[in-house]
Amino acid sequence: MKPVAFDHDCPVTLEEAARLIARPGARPIAGGQSLGPMLNFRVARPDHLVALAALAGLTGVEDTAQVITLGAATCHAAIEDGRVPDLPGGVLSRIAGGIAYRAVRNRGTIGGSLCHADPGADWLITLTALDASVLTWTPSGGRMIPLAGFVTGAFRTVLAAGEIVQAVHIPRPGPGFGWGYVKACRKPGEFAHAMAALLVDPARGVRRLVIGATGGAPVLLQGVRADPACVGDALAGSGLGRVERRMQAVVAARALAQATNGRVMPA
Amino acid sequence: MAGDGIRAGDTAPGNTGQGVGHSVPRKEDDRYLRGTGEYVGDIRLAGMRELAFVRSPYAHARLVSIRKPADAAHLVFTADDLCDVLPIIANSGLPGFKSSAQPALASGKVRHVGEAVAVCVADTRAEAEDLAAAVIVEYDELPALSDMLDAARPDAPLVHDHWGDNLFLQTRVEADLAEIARTAPVVVRRTLRTARQCMSPMEGRGVIARWEARLEQLVLTTSTQMPHIVRTGLAGCLGLPEEQVRIIAPDVGGGFGYKGILLPEEVCAGFLARHLGHPVRWIEDRREQLAGNANCREHHYDLTAYADADGRLIALDADASVDAGAYSIYPFSACLEAAQVASILPGPYRMDAYRCVTRSVATNKAGIVPYRGVARAGVCYAMETMMDAIAAETGLAPHLVRLRNLVPADAMPFDNITNKHFDSGDYPEALRRVVAAIDVEGVRRRQAVQDGPVRLGIGFAIFCEQGAHGTSVYHGWGIPMVPGFEQAVARLTPDGGLELRVGIQSHGQGLETTLAQVGHEILGISIERIRVVHGDTALTPYSTGTWGSRCMVMAGGAVATACRELGERILAIGAHLLQVAPDAARIERGQVVCGARTVSISEVARTWYLRPQELPADVCSGGLEITGGYKTLRDTGTFSYAAHAVVVSVDTELGDVAILDYAICEDGGVLVNPMIVDGQVHGGVAQGIGTALYEEMPFDSAGQPLATTLADYMLPGATEVPALRVDHMVTPSPYSAFGQKGIGEGGAIGPPAAIANAVNDALRPLGVSVDRLPITPHRIVQALMDRCDRGVS
Repeated sequence: MKPVAFDHDCPVTLEEAARLIARPGARPIAGGQSLGPMLNFRVARPDHLVALAALAGLTGVEDTAQVITLGAATCHAAIEDGRVPDLPGGVLSRIAGGIAYRAVRNRGTIGGSLCHADPGADWLITLTALDASVLTWTPSGGRMIPLAGFVTGAFRTVLAAGEIVQAVHIPRPGPGFGWGYVKACRKPGEFAHAMAALLVDPARGVRRLVIGATGGAPVLLQGVRADPACVGDALAGSGLGRVERRMQAVVAARALAQATNGRVMPA
Repeated sequence: MAGDGIRAGDTAPGNTGQGVGHSVPRKEDDRYLRGTGEYVGDIRLAGMRELAFVRSPYAHARLVSIRKPADAAHLVFTADDLCDVLPIIANSGLPGFKSSAQPALASGKVRHVGEAVAVCVADTRAEAEDLAAAVIVEYDELPALSDMLDAARPDAPLVHDHWGDNLFLQTRVEADLAEIARTAPVVVRRTLRTARQCMSPMEGRGVIARWEARLEQLVLTTSTQMPHIVRTGLAGCLGLPEEQVRIIAPDVGGGFGYKGILLPEEVCAGFLARHLGHPVRWIEDRREQLAGNANCREHHYDLTAYADADGRLIALDADASVDAGAYSIYPFSACLEAAQVASILPGPYRMDAYRCVTRSVATNKAGIVPYRGVARAGVCYAMETMMDAIAAETGLAPHLVRLRNLVPADAMPFDNITNKHFDSGDYPEALRRVVAAIDVEGVRRRQAVQDGPVRLGIGFAIFCEQGAHGTSVYHGWGIPMVPGFEQAVARLTPDGGLELRVGIQSHGQGLETTLAQVGHEILGISIERIRVVHGDTALTPYSTGTWGSRCMVMAGGAVATACRELGERILAIGAHLLQVAPDAARIERGQVVCGARTVSISEVARTWYLRPQELPADVCSGGLEITGGYKTLRDTGTFSYAAHAVVVSVDTELGDVAILDYAICEDGGVLVNPMIVDGQVHGGVAQGIGTALYEEMPFDSAGQPLATTLADYMLPGATEVPALRVDHMVTPSPYSAFGQKGIGEGGAIGPPAAIANAVNDALRPLGVSVDRLPITPHRIVQALMDRCDRGVS
């Protein structure tokens, strides 16, 4: 199938982009790796596509002792290749390297992936576990939105019309943190049917388990509830069948094993 | 691993390393690797416009009305507009067959999701799709049949209202098994299912039609495996004499059976090109391929095997259903699949008695097309599952049960219980080789001590594959297209090049190379100077095309025949130029030779075409162009065979299956080009892995296909195909020109059986098995959870 006819706008400033996006029938496009197929299937039928990936305001990178900030238009491949700052142990690089296929990673962006809010998206699940936030931009100012409350359901976010995700803030965990990320896929690069990301950060007293691929918003379990044994109960109302819930508990247990690597870590 | 048998090229006189038996690089790869192949989608004609189809969103519905957009009504065509176009009909010759009529555009009612209802014409595909979206069709939805077992019930709704039931055909192989059933020491039963699949060549279907006023001829360029058969079928539907239809198949990006069909889209395009007076093009997209077009391979089996305590098979009792979809497709019909099930289910084994009921069931799905291996992937899975069941019941090793039942080498040639004539081979030896290759004892030792969530399993499959089916076979199966003599034209050009014109189609098999090797084998002309012409009904002799692992045997035989006859004429002329008697001369390395005297074939050609004054008046009046016809010495086919052995690990928590080792021993007789054969085996195994573990088109109860993108329809990719170890045995066929056997499909046949057996071997200690394909993570975990529940209750 071929897309419906649409205009393609390439703004050069955030102000211009925000104005173009605010028009009825307009839709932003970053890497286009999810939106492209939706256009071809005519699931998405925009009148205007507003290109964001080349906007200077979305490409900056900053690294401090507390937080890594990645511009929303940073592509997965740049993170995979270590061209931007990373957490200890190459946590971000390994997540990026597991997204779809290299051709997708070359164009797909971290901000675009978060805004698309696919329930099985790698960044949504892992960055929620890492307690990251998105910084947004509007003509009247921006806001910082923790990812834990960013997504309200499948392909739905709290973003207001015309609000642009400018950057992702990823807090650096404390020394000795543990990280686990396991997804069950039919094939490497395909969307997962079970996925769990787990951060254990004893220095900050943080323990966060996120279950993805539930068909809805990521499921965040914190503290003592961030435990594979709690996954079944947490997914009771998710609509997942018992086989899928079992698989989710298994990947959570494996993420825990990765994160603790045999260490006993406090909840 | 090198073969150890006859390689005809090694012994041919004047061996130059290009003849039969040599792994020469593929001639056609130069253009493929440079991206200069020309597919339907690459072709642009002046004035050409694009087609998009309005397709039914319902599996079964009455067509109430079709409203065209008022401003573009002249660009939208429905069944009412296709004046005098006849439906596609493919009747089986078997008694009791019920005929279906597949309209080019639906009229009255639609019978599957994706059935074409209207066709729209515009300058671009996107605009044609805009137009299609503006066509308003009112449907009256009817109850849909999405499962063949439901459809076979007496009270089921009817796909074809006048039939009275939903059975295209029911067949019976009868035997009285009562005494065996009463006395057999070992009885095993299994109910098995294989998924509906969508064949997925890299290039989908596509067609360009134009009416050539000068020649009063429809020229249809289409991505097909059988240009001549499409011509015959299309001419019939359009009411044109065949000489007014020319079919061109340019480069074709894979077929596998998906392009062995006459398409409603071809009929529509052919009609429109003539009606509109400008060329039209339709390029199938993946959604059309997955959701709307022909499917394959959905079988259901109820099987009972009777055996001795030592594992010897006494009898097999089978009840098999094939979901044939809504229409009988042209030319293979709705019943080829089930006919094959009945006749080849016994596989390479001996047994005393065999009973088999088959049903070809009509449902509200796209029709089925025979996919690489046709029914064999399913029947091999079914039969090999029963072999493992007997092994489990008797406590014998699976490979020992097979060795006790395989037709032995000293019984060849062998007529089996369904009168299949196995031409040659040593089936037990092939199995012994793969048993040795995968170190069965070592894996068994590791299995004995495993206790974690990941379990090892070993699986085997062995099968024989009838290829190059001849007249009696296809007539016996009732197929409306019966192959006879295969023909080839061999023509010498004035400068000594050789053109080989064949009616088969090469769509990835490398036939532009292998047929040149055959020509080289006979005439010694360098393969660089041999051009294989195919894919055009105007340039090639009639052929049923490329299907059934037939080309290397049939077209190879035809090329050899034509080249031999051409060689006689070359000798007659060459002998005159050498001033010797024709029987004193011979052809060697592209020359006519008598003792130390030689004249090149190019000199012979130049003389005959351009300097006839140097020849006597009566030399070679027929010229240097020959049409040779060929049949094998028996028309019952060649039987290549292979044993597959696989070691898997099964993650019993997540249901993931990893293929750890895969060994194959195959025997394709004399291999014309061993490198190409290895490629065929590798590609086939990749598809077989898809059948085993990934590919499935599920339908909901309303008949909606649920895997309509490649994100949902899982195809195996590079990461899913392990390094294969392929061993060759070489047992020549006694019936073919060089001892070669058809080998194109075998790779796809063995993996479902071998992998399923391996997975179930891994799961056996846990008390579960998975009895349907594909074996998905969900099905494995589900089986283990169900078992756990039963244990608790």
